[in-house]
Amino acid sequence: MKETPLSNCERRFLLRAIEEKKRLDGRQTYDYRNIKISFGTDYGCCIVELGKTRVLGQVSCELVSPKLNRATEGILFFNLELSQMAAPAFEPGRQSDLLVKLNRLLERCLRNSKCIDTESLCVVAGEKVWQIRVDLHLLNHDGNIIDAASIAAIVALCHFRRPDVSVQGDEVTLYTLEERDPVPLSIHHMPICVSFAFFQQGTYLLVDPSEREERVMDGLLVIAMNKHREICTIQSSGGIMLLKDQVLRCSKIAGVKVVEITELIQKALENDQKVRKEGGKFGFAESMANQRITAFKMEKAPIDTSDVEEKAEEIISEAEPPSEVFLNLLSVSKPVLWTPGTAQIGEGIENSWGHLEDSEKEDEDEGGSDEATILDGMKMDTGVEVSNIGSQDAPIVLSDSEEEEMIILEPDKNPKKIRTQTISATQVKAPSKKPVKKRKKKRAAN
Amino acid sequence: MQTESKIRADSGTEPGPRVPGCSLRHFACEQNLLSRPDGSASFLQGDTSVLAGVYGPAEVKISKEIFNKATLEVILRPKTGLPGVAEKSRERLIRNTCEAVVLGALHPRTSITVVLQVVSDAGSLCGCVWPCVGQITSQMGEEEHCEPTSQMGDNGGSVAEEARAVLTFALDSVERKLLMSTTKGLYSDTELQQCLAAAQTASTHVFRFYRESLQRRYSKS
Repeated sequence: MKETPLSNCERRFLLRAIEEKKRLDGRQTYDYRNIKISFGTDYGCCIVELGKTRVLGQVSCELVSPKLNRATEGILFFNLELSQMAAPAFEPGRQSDLLVKLNRLLERCLRNSKCIDTESLCVVAGEKVWQIRVDLHLLNHDGNIIDAASIAAIVALCHFRRPDVSVQGDEVTLYTLEERDPVPLSIHHMPICVSFAFFQQGTYLLVDPSEREERVMDGLLVIAMNKHREICTIQSSGGIMLLKDQVLRCSKIAGVKVVEITELIQKALENDQKVRKEGGKFGFAESMANQRITAFKMEKAPIDTSDVEEKAEEIISEAEPPSEVFLNLLSVSKPVLWTPGTAQIGEGIENSWGHLEDSEKEDEDEGGSDEATILDGMKMDTGVEVSNIGSQDAPIVLSDSEEEEMIILEPDKNPKKIRTQTISATQVKAPSKKPVKKRKKKRAAN
Repeated sequence: MQTESKIRADSGTEPGPRVPGCSLRHFACEQNLLSRPDGSASFLQGDTSVLAGVYGPAEVKISKEIFNKATLEVILRPKTGLPGVAEKSRERLIRNTCEAVVLGALHPRTSITVVLQVVSDAGSLCGCVWPCVGQITSQMGEEEHCEPTSQMGDNGGSVAEEARAVLTFALDSVERKLLMSTTKGLYSDTELQQCLAAAQTASTHVFRFYRESLQRRYSKS
């Protein structure tokens, strides 16, 4: 769907409000929206909500051969997808610019900063290493995708547990989740992206822009930092020219924000770990708010299936028994080879088009189909469906038009009967020689 | 509305007639949780959870336009990896069933897009997508509802992988008639009829859940 254009008055309104230090949702210039982190039942699954922007993250792992030039390091793979439910404008072919930009930024933030120890992912040097794959799905786009995505990625990586492996000489044993507890990844630090939106050629700045604010902004500055105030990535886009002290100021603000967000992440991870250890209920079902009117839960409900068997017996006994046609179909299901390249399985039904003029005939597909396989193992109450490939029964008359190829075998003398499900037995014809004919007609006048 | 119920025998792994005392796992739903889509719903059954969003009726490309009804498009995205053939076939299945249910004739020359995201998959995925679709279409005001129920033939465990056969049916809410059936595995015709009958029994609970959740939602408007 095409994106709804932003009206001029809306744009003017937003810019005027920003000039007066006001934001649509009432936040201050440096305020972040509410961040909510919830975990799923499997390790490595989390949903991060930054205001209304929602990102789902999932980490998975696999044993693969390492890259040739990095034989002792594991492989990291990041993938951010802008789901079509996030915004009506996100269509498979249309989002490439934004998608590439976000993916590259995420990769630089997480891979180049070496926040994950890839050496610890090595199992057998040169042969087997862990490939960690982080899949992020944007579920709802309300601005500031990169922040939400970076938080989701790092939270999912911290939450993830990989299966335990042990190496004895040449033998590698991979333990399942039941045999040995899974092992967390070794993470050095947690880089978090903080976005700054600039308006009026760098005069005004907002932290954590919402979707409307992103639409009217002039440029975006993204700083990825960890809680030790180390800058992991910095990117300025949109063509705005920033002064040195502006960038320094932004990095100071980012430092403060990152510390707050990291605390929040740690708390969420600890809570989840506590709940899992104590054996309580965890997962998305528990994080759903109970009191909301739009949410509803139903507990386990027993189903009375005691009369199921009687009902089934009734239906089967009332249904018509499979007729002999069915059984005979099974017996004619063997393919019959007429000439090399021409075979027949079963028989088709009578041509219900009536007697056609030859010049109207087009390419026809001959051969019946194997009805028996369709009905394999199942009996339907309704009639046996018969494939409706027509078959020839009329005598062939050469037309005047030039033909490229024509093969005529013996025309069929006996008309075929349509097979239907009837209670009385129908005559079943032995497969007679069916003329197989393919005619390519030169379509001179079309 | 669509729901999935999984019959789980409470004990025993031996083949034979199904043990009475099967139960539907606990389920929960939340509606209208996303701000951008026109309608959205999240459905959880046990550990399986699916999130759905719908856009529509909206502008449609001329190439996909149908003159007398709405063009329905279903997109299913797995959690990890790229979508493959299994997703495509499920999308097709869902689309065909929804086309039968959704009153597309009320919105000709428009498009209705349903996007499904697998949030977690513990086996009952097939049936989980349906309630989502049902609830969001109910937000769009479609009248008829249908419901899928899934049956496990002859299994002792609650995991779909251990079952000998998995049968999923979509039933209509008005007369419990069969709208769609998809099966995997080997089973006899008796078992098919038994599963269908059990699905019809289970569907009463599911429809009740639907009705209550919608009543709750519209109670204040």
